[in-house]
Amino acid sequence: MAKKLIDLVNISKSFDKDLIIDDLTLSIKENSFVTLLGPSGCGKTTILRIIGGFTSPDKGQVFFDGEDITNLSPNKRQLNTVFQKYALFPNMNVADNIAFGLRVKKKSESYIKDKIKYALKLVNLDGYENRQIDALSGGQQQRIAIARAIVNEPKVLLLDEPLGALDLKLRQEMQYELIRLKNELGITFIYVTHDQEEALTMSDTIVVMNQGYIQQMGTPEEIYNEPENAFVATFIGDSNILPGKMIEDYLVEILGSKFKCIDSGFGKNKLVDVVIRPEDVELVEKDSEKAILKGVMTHSIFKGEMYEMECKSNDGFEWLVHSTILKEPGTEVGIYVEPKNIQIMNKPQSEDEKALDVEELDE
Amino acid sequence: MKNKKIINKILIAPYTIWMIGFIVIPLLFIIYYGFTTKRGDFTFNNVVDFFSLIHLKSFYLAIRLSLLSTIICVVLSYPLALIFREGNFSKKSFIIYVFILPMWMNSLLRIFAWLTLLEKKGVINLILSFFKLPNINIINTDAAIIFGMVYNFLPFMILPIYNSVMKIDENTINAALDLGASKVTTFFKIILPLSVPGMVSGITMVFIPALTTIVISKILGGGQVLLIGNVIEQEFIESSNWHLGSGLSIILILFIFITMALTSKYYDKEGGNFL
Repeated sequence: MAKKLIDLVNISKSFDKDLIIDDLTLSIKENSFVTLLGPSGCGKTTILRIIGGFTSPDKGQVFFDGEDITNLSPNKRQLNTVFQKYALFPNMNVADNIAFGLRVKKKSESYIKDKIKYALKLVNLDGYENRQIDALSGGQQQRIAIARAIVNEPKVLLLDEPLGALDLKLRQEMQYELIRLKNELGITFIYVTHDQEEALTMSDTIVVMNQGYIQQMGTPEEIYNEPENAFVATFIGDSNILPGKMIEDYLVEILGSKFKCIDSGFGKNKLVDVVIRPEDVELVEKDSEKAILKGVMTHSIFKGEMYEMECKSNDGFEWLVHSTILKEPGTEVGIYVEPKNIQIMNKPQSEDEKALDVEELDE
Repeated sequence: MKNKKIINKILIAPYTIWMIGFIVIPLLFIIYYGFTTKRGDFTFNNVVDFFSLIHLKSFYLAIRLSLLSTIICVVLSYPLALIFREGNFSKKSFIIYVFILPMWMNSLLRIFAWLTLLEKKGVINLILSFFKLPNINIINTDAAIIFGMVYNFLPFMILPIYNSVMKIDENTINAALDLGASKVTTFFKIILPLSVPGMVSGITMVFIPALTTIVISKILGGGQVLLIGNVIEQEFIESSNWHLGSGLSIILILFIFITMALTSKYYDKEGGNFL
């Protein structure tokens, strides 16, 4: 069991009377890759800025390795940040950028030189010492920003949407680079993003946030397969969210039909939300014994690795279906879902209802 | 394509005519007068006369006063720009407008206002007398001219410095702090170097007009202080010696060109077009 490195205790923060973070408590373990994931305005960057020391919380405390650092200025904290648009120093070349933190700490020039070489090798940019910053591509600037942070040997690296400005291909490459870096350095990464794919690919732990609240915290598998509420289910990947009723343990009624499931402990006739991922919806022959519901195909789009289709079941619900097998619009089909692919969630409690507002997700 | 070219030519014509008539031709005249005698013979004497002791003295005085004014302008403007960057004012642009407001008034009026303030029986001395304090006596001295220059040209320093300081990304400064630098180190290593282009354009925009001023030194110097601009003016108007006046002007123009060329590499790449 790794020990706790950063503890946020009862943090609240508001800007101009807008409550950004409300009474948030979060522990981050040593050597983990933690991602704060949520739509813009959910408070994730604010949390990162509070950990980095660029903003102070209105209420609550920040502990680093057991020590209260709530009011410590950023230049005294043992962590480094990789900023959203890299924030390299345009008046210095690559080597001077990387050396900045070490020179401030009055390290010897020979030590600095070795460190620069080591860091550039680590980010695959050997020999770039004397380049000017504006002569580098976005991806290269990103790597320099990371090199500039890690030469200081921080215990924690904070990354604020570092891949946001890169194109898709480069972003995917950098994701693997970051995982490799994290393993080589053996330090804690706290990563902020609104991109659920990035979060799922890289993290050990994902903290899903919305409107200043933590919606769910868990491994990527837990977050994807067992979302705790409708917000998490919608935000992480596509999903069909249906109202349902737990008839009894292991049996749920959806759209008037009974489905077997693997959840229990909700009580009898309890109203619940049901999440079914589009790739888990199986389309079978309409007369098949497996068919639980019947419907007719309405749309299909070819997406490369699969078809994205819509199927309207007889009760009027539009199912989103991902499959490699095309069913032409107009085809009548049966719908079946494996019990293990049915995820039952409690209805949101009234006090959290605002936090679960899914309509904020347009971006 | 062809039509577009013709339209472009028509559109550019008014300015071309203006430029030829009021910039190029007068310049050619100055060059002609500068290198000829009254009888029309070619000579270097007018140009060389710039380096005579009396003219060098006025030139040196002009440089000294305009340099001092420029330094004072930098010292006044820079902290202001920093305060604006750090501070949380809701009406930043409004306050900046207040600072450049005097620029919208006729500059002659502003200089005469300083005359009324600084005169022996001017407003300042009246107030000092009222409180039984010793009077100041700076009208017709270098100090009065510096006051005038600073007051007149300060907005031209504030704006470019303010712009270049405001343009520095918040996260660039945060990054320096994040890497362990103190606020002072961050200022000297990051903020100051990044605002050099703004400072340089401010300096040229204050120094050159101050160097060549005629009006400020005439009104606030009361004819006692002769700057190079006043000397040239005298040659043209009082001595009616257009040849010498032109010769001196040529050297002054060359000096300005050289200054601009030396500072040009520090200019903002985006041109610093802020006015």
